[in-house]
Amino acid sequence: MKKIRIGAGQGFYGDTIYGALNMAKFGNVQYISFDCLAELTMSILQKDRQKDPSKGYTKDISVTAKTLLPYVKEKGIKLITNAGGINPEGARREVFRIAKEMGISGIKVGIASGDNIFPYLNEFLEKGVSLDHYTTGEPFDRVRDRLMFASAYLGAHPIVECLRQGADIVITGRTTDSAQFLAPMIYEFGWSTDDWDKLSQGVLLGHLMECSAQSSGGNFSGDWWNIENFESIGYPVCEVSENGEAFLTKPEGTGGRVSVDTVKEQFLYEIHDPSEYISPDVICDWSNVRFNQIGPDQVEVTGAKGKPAPPKLKAVMGYRNGYLGQGLVGYSWPDAMKKAQKAEEIIRKQMDLYGIQYEDYLVEYLGYNSIHGPLATPIDEENLNEIYLRVAIRTSDRSEAQNFGRLFPPLALNGPPFIGGLHGMSSVRELSGLWSVLIPRELIECNVEVNVEEV
Amino acid sequence: MAAIQLKHVAQARSGDKGNTCDIGLFARTPEMYQVFLKEVTAERVKEHFKDLVFGEVTRYEVPNILALKFVLEEALGGGAASSLRTDNLGKSFGSNLLRMVIEVPDHLLNDENMLKRPWDH
Repeated sequence: MKKIRIGAGQGFYGDTIYGALNMAKFGNVQYISFDCLAELTMSILQKDRQKDPSKGYTKDISVTAKTLLPYVKEKGIKLITNAGGINPEGARREVFRIAKEMGISGIKVGIASGDNIFPYLNEFLEKGVSLDHYTTGEPFDRVRDRLMFASAYLGAHPIVECLRQGADIVITGRTTDSAQFLAPMIYEFGWSTDDWDKLSQGVLLGHLMECSAQSSGGNFSGDWWNIENFESIGYPVCEVSENGEAFLTKPEGTGGRVSVDTVKEQFLYEIHDPSEYISPDVICDWSNVRFNQIGPDQVEVTGAKGKPAPPKLKAVMGYRNGYLGQGLVGYSWPDAMKKAQKAEEIIRKQMDLYGIQYEDYLVEYLGYNSIHGPLATPIDEENLNEIYLRVAIRTSDRSEAQNFGRLFPPLALNGPPFIGGLHGMSSVRELSGLWSVLIPRELIECNVEVNVEEV
Repeated sequence: MAAIQLKHVAQARSGDKGNTCDIGLFARTPEMYQVFLKEVTAERVKEHFKDLVFGEVTRYEVPNILALKFVLEEALGGGAASSLRTDNLGKSFGSNLLRMVIEVPDHLLNDENMLKRPWDH
């Protein structure tokens, strides 16, 4: 029976390249798939593109290309990535630039686009499509004037088409996290578009691999202290057969652990109802999934069932949502907490004095409650060695956010004693809200294009 | 019966989708899973997070892998790119849930169920 091995290369924009490099060297894989796009990432890429229209893809595609092009050329490993973000053509241009620099030719790079629905929003509204938020029901008019981008989540099929046209590297825009992994299975095994159980199994395997080391021992909440060699942690590999039988493993000689316990944590990560996980290609019922340890660092994955693909695709739009102003300042023993609290009071009173307007105000004490908030265990104030005060505001006006940050440095001379780690004001950041909608898929799929070119 | 924090007997991982946070909670044995089913209800989780989470809390049961899945709405201060919070991605909601105290029959407090930390002596 035909089998392929697919490796995970990247779990987010900014992930290390060494996981992918170990995969190329030791993974014995035919494909390395990358998921570079978190919900947050599209906003970041949009800001890049506003500054420079040639950008808008994940910049680390340059590192990926430099590191892995030799393996694409010599071992025939295919790379699949959604690093294109909001500019897949720009990402391909960068890969071609690096290939030329390295003297590598004869590589075909396919791009898939059509996820950008920004130009069609008015047309959708005219056709009666609701762009109100699909979970909260809030009206579209609330954000319409502030939109920055709008991307639909595409499935695996545009990637499959690139592979059919001979692409060695496929770069897409906003495809779902698992699509990069499902696509080679569909392409290699010829799974039909309505083989729901196999497609669901493929999405499941993709979901288990899309966050790189999160299923091979990274971010593991069990006995993490026994995980070996975090520093060279291996990213997951799945070996899958054409009938969908599959197991998860990792490259020989790498650190980490692939066990039922590490895999099941990733299984439930960021999915909601396990009996109805909706992807563009299939609605997955994973309520009877089982994991079985079949060898050292080998976990068999069975039991995924599928239902027909959804009639609508999810799209996410980003809108400008004010500015974040913040300041951070540390105080030392004795009475660190009392001093930090006094500093917060000073900041609050000065905001009134100077008339700084804001919509939201948040106080956190780093070292006490900045991560667990109101659930943090009360502290032993007497013996607290240090505490950092962080105050953040949201304002509709950039200069207000800057004015707020300027309140912090003077605390060193004008506030309580024994300051340390005066980080003071932080740079102002524009906040992005996300707006999710559902759109009839035919309105999106009619604009999807794939195009393969050789360097 | 013993009142213990979930951190001694459970694995957890959490993540974000917009302003919604979700948490997977995992038991180590079928017996402990039965305890979780009874003790870690959606209502109790909603109460636990009442000052952080302002929307509904839904629980899904996944008995094949001895897991519970919690979906917490209006949980992340507007969502990752909008939130003022340090934990804007909800990555630590899982550990925050492990603070919850549950009642466990004494005979289940054995090696099979407990996560033994090398520094706990």
